[in-house]
Amino acid sequence: MSFFGAFAAIGPRRAVTEGIAARGRSVFAAAIAVLLCSIAESPPVRAAAVPVVAAASDLQYALSEISEAFTRATGSPVKLSFGSSGNFARQIMQGAPYELLFSADEDYVRMLQARGLTEGAGALYAIGRLALFAPKGSAVKADAEMRDLAAAAADGRLRRIAIANPEHAPYGRAARAALMHKGLWEKLQARLVLGENVSQTAQFAISGSVDAALIAYSLTFSEAMKRAGSIAPVPHEWHAPLAQRMVLLRGAGETARRFFAFAQSAPARAVFERHGFSLPPSKG
Amino acid sequence: MDWTAFGLSLELALWTALLLVPIGAWIARELAWRPIAGKAWLEALVALPLVLPPTVLGYYLLSAFGGASWLGQAYQAIAGRPLAFSFNGLLLASMVFNLPFAVQPMQRAFEAIPQEVREAAWVSGLSRWSAFRRVELPLAWPGIVSSLVLTVAHTVGEFGVVLMMGGNIPGETRTISIAIYDRVQAFDESAAATMSAMLLAFSLLAIGIVYALSDRRRRA
Repeated sequence: MSFFGAFAAIGPRRAVTEGIAARGRSVFAAAIAVLLCSIAESPPVRAAAVPVVAAASDLQYALSEISEAFTRATGSPVKLSFGSSGNFARQIMQGAPYELLFSADEDYVRMLQARGLTEGAGALYAIGRLALFAPKGSAVKADAEMRDLAAAAADGRLRRIAIANPEHAPYGRAARAALMHKGLWEKLQARLVLGENVSQTAQFAISGSVDAALIAYSLTFSEAMKRAGSIAPVPHEWHAPLAQRMVLLRGAGETARRFFAFAQSAPARAVFERHGFSLPPSKG
Repeated sequence: MDWTAFGLSLELALWTALLLVPIGAWIARELAWRPIAGKAWLEALVALPLVLPPTVLGYYLLSAFGGASWLGQAYQAIAGRPLAFSFNGLLLASMVFNLPFAVQPMQRAFEAIPQEVREAAWVSGLSRWSAFRRVELPLAWPGIVSSLVLTVAHTVGEFGVVLMMGGNIPGETRTISIAIYDRVQAFDESAAATMSAMLLAFSLLAIGIVYALSDRRRRA
């Protein structure tokens, strides 16, 4: 009976790891070797031949288009990494090798600037807009004044509404402000589903798991989104402006600088506008 | 410190263990003793959540629970509320991603019971049920306890799947690991640190119990 315990304890991980242990060891050694080589080869300066650009997830479609236009015009590619602005800000504080940050709001840029991690204050590049989205088959209709949403909240048709987390996502804050403006915030507390960022919120909406969602207008221009439901932009005076700021990070190279300038040029502004962004005043 | 989230995690863990361990025991016993065609594939299926990224599980679960799926619609028709983003949805998901943690320790335990012991029980005229209760269960007990503790600990520690399909609703789907992520996102370092330390202590305690149990049995 003495060996029962040995068989019984910590079953799964051990069972799996023991099975592949022999092969695992040599793979592990190879991985370490590769890692060591890559450390030895990595350049001491930050500016890379192909700069990595960190961008808020509401830019997914617009910025991809702008970067393609940039590469066509200059022959220089850039790598785009989309995610939540807050995550990027934290990673940059820890020394992440991004050269340019397109934030979804201004606060994160100011925070980085205060820590001396940026080159100046950067520039406003777009004003984000909020949109109401109702997936196909939902009992709620998306209209510009959120009239049906208010009615559905009252008569119980609206069971779940997705927004980005207002505690740290800029679009979440805008969604909260818009719902407060309509006097719906208190009433909908128990029916809120919080997305980690505005992209995930949109994903919740597409999956049809919620009756409505407040998301970035710029994310509703994809074919998948148009097919998935009805969309109505929310009046911009219902929430504080989603002023989106970009900034060059310390150590940025020549390509990143040119991309920074390109994002403020007329062709780039046209792309932002086409994807549902409003524009800050042009610098000329 | 988000006590609601911690309480929710514990509640989820206990319900998962309570529902999954009996089901897991049945699966483990079948896998251990019954000659089944294609057993390797069944075992692979049980082990799958160990190797699948939480993103894959979360993606499938979110689609399976949504209003567009038959499961989502059936649940909606019966319960009168959606399955996605509900505690029950999370519980169901938790039973899926904990399957290997519940089944494998018990399967090892059942496999370790010698054939002669089971035969002796039958020959002594014990009914199936009393043979299970008085012979198999006591012998497999350490495995069952391992399953229970691992299921509880793993549920409290699960993050990826819950992030993908939970929807972060306080008191409903915001578990402790999601609450920690939330605090980090909001640059609230001190709350994140407190909760992380607590979760660390809890996990160490749980795993420690399993190892202590296995140690004692080995020496006995």
